[in-house]
Amino acid sequence: MSSDKPTSPRLSDRVQSIPPSGIRRFFDLANEMKGEVISLSIGEPDFVTPWTVREAGMYSLESGRTHYTANQGMKELRQAVSDYAGRRFSLHYDPLKEIMITVGGSEAIDDAIRALVNPGEEVLVPEPAYVAYNACVKLAGACPRSIPLSAKYDFKLQPQQLEAAITAKTRLLIMAYPNNPTGAVMDRQDLEALLPVLQAHPDITVISDELYAELTYAPNTFTSPAVIPELKSRCVVIGGFSKAFAMTGWRLGYAMAPADVIAAMNKIHQYVIMSAPTLAQYAALEALRHSEELVRDMREEYDGRRRVLLRRLHDMGLPCFIPGGAFYAFPDISSTGLSSEAFCEQLLFDQKVAVVPGTAFGNCAEGYIRISYAASLENIETAMQRMADFVARHRTLINKEQVKKAHAGI
Amino acid sequence: MAKENRDQDNKAADAFRATDPAAAENSRLEDRVLRVLKDNAKISPDELALMMGTETTAIKEVIAQLEKQQIILGYGALIDWMKRDREAVTGLIEVRVTPQRDRGFDRIAQRIYNFPEVNSCYLMSGDYDLLVTVEGHSLRDVSHFVSEKIAVIDEVLSTRTHFILKKYKMEGHILKSPSDDEREVMVL
Repeated sequence: MSSDKPTSPRLSDRVQSIPPSGIRRFFDLANEMKGEVISLSIGEPDFVTPWTVREAGMYSLESGRTHYTANQGMKELRQAVSDYAGRRFSLHYDPLKEIMITVGGSEAIDDAIRALVNPGEEVLVPEPAYVAYNACVKLAGACPRSIPLSAKYDFKLQPQQLEAAITAKTRLLIMAYPNNPTGAVMDRQDLEALLPVLQAHPDITVISDELYAELTYAPNTFTSPAVIPELKSRCVVIGGFSKAFAMTGWRLGYAMAPADVIAAMNKIHQYVIMSAPTLAQYAALEALRHSEELVRDMREEYDGRRRVLLRRLHDMGLPCFIPGGAFYAFPDISSTGLSSEAFCEQLLFDQKVAVVPGTAFGNCAEGYIRISYAASLENIETAMQRMADFVARHRTLINKEQVKKAHAGI
Repeated sequence: MAKENRDQDNKAADAFRATDPAAAENSRLEDRVLRVLKDNAKISPDELALMMGTETTAIKEVIAQLEKQQIILGYGALIDWMKRDREAVTGLIEVRVTPQRDRGFDRIAQRIYNFPEVNSCYLMSGDYDLLVTVEGHSLRDVSHFVSEKIAVIDEVLSTRTHFILKKYKMEGHILKSPSDDEREVMVL
């Protein structure tokens, strides 16, 4: 505890409790080398926002729609989100009381955590996980508790793990499928397996971060936990436009939850944000109404790249479970004898290929790297050739050392 | 007669597809293959198979079938000639013609589209009958071709030539140097 003691009296204890990112230096280096580097490290679509959506944004500006909207978001947009969620994912929420529009899914996560936990209470975060959860939990004064997931179970949360992690202080469970960074998806059966544990602990609320819901690659694999009737009243569903509609820079997301939770989250939202950008809300309205075909085309394109990437990883002998969603693969690189960070750093310097060490997403992900396939097929192919050379070279080194050791043993 | 048979075959195929999931699946695969080939005709059957999660032989069959049905008409490079040859021009020529007994417009169209200078030729609704695009090395080249070869055909009543000044988009491709990837190298 003493080692965590804040060092600057000017800064709050809470903000100092968040460790600076250990790989920041590495990120800066990669960005400096930009231009020569092939990056498979990026957590955002390489597609530009569909023109019809951009055009709708411009039209809203031309029409002078530059004022605040209602705190909770434009009514029309909430209605469109409600229709869309019902149509696509069988999620049914009242647009007036159970849906709010936020500045990206990120804000919705922060609002939800702050609305649902007290200082000292615990939040379960299955890891590897997106980097924001732990930080938001700490900023809310609560304690994140990691549940280390395993490739053995395809990075799905197992009921016995969940049960073992729950204490009297547990208030929240954060679920994020399709998952960043692993690409794992939990289907209905997997979710139902968690039901007995959750029913035995009725005070726990589930935050389901569904930013990648549109990106699953087998028909009908995406199921929100909120679809399960016993769970609906206990879920906060978080969605967004960034990944599905290639709208990262517009910063727009939404939350769907029971009315009391939305009302509480909206209190935080109205003081911190006021309302999500009006321009982005008009663009999102167009996205929800008219771009299903474009989303399908993007999904098909990602799926093709995913298959190519997995084959290349397989060919170079790196074990990788088959990711069913998002746009990441999460191979095991321990056979190269390198740590995740050493692998990524050397790959960047030797081969000019950027990927992200698994440890950025939790300590349990040592030995893994995250490869994003939100990149052109051509770049994926070139990067994989370079990586294959790199892996082969390190394998030879290991073999030589093993032979040396064996000789020494004799 | 042959055409009627083909129509019947097509109708039967549609009905079959509606009831048979395997045929529907195949039709979906055909659509996906076409969408990829449209943007990248150079892609190999191996890579296509990998992307679609199927066998190379299956992809080859699908492509062979699409070629046989003349849904895929050919594989060419998309060339911006105006970049290669600064004087190169494309003319769009509206042609009004007198249709012929029994043969309608087809025969006149044939007389026109057989010239190698003609890049495309469409029968149109509206004020004129045929829309012909002609590519040439210069304005004179194209106007010469129109006055010497097209306007003189007996059935041609009139022509009107428009020259393209600048191409912004061609066959679905925006003709602008691709912008660099502006994303940060690393984003979690």
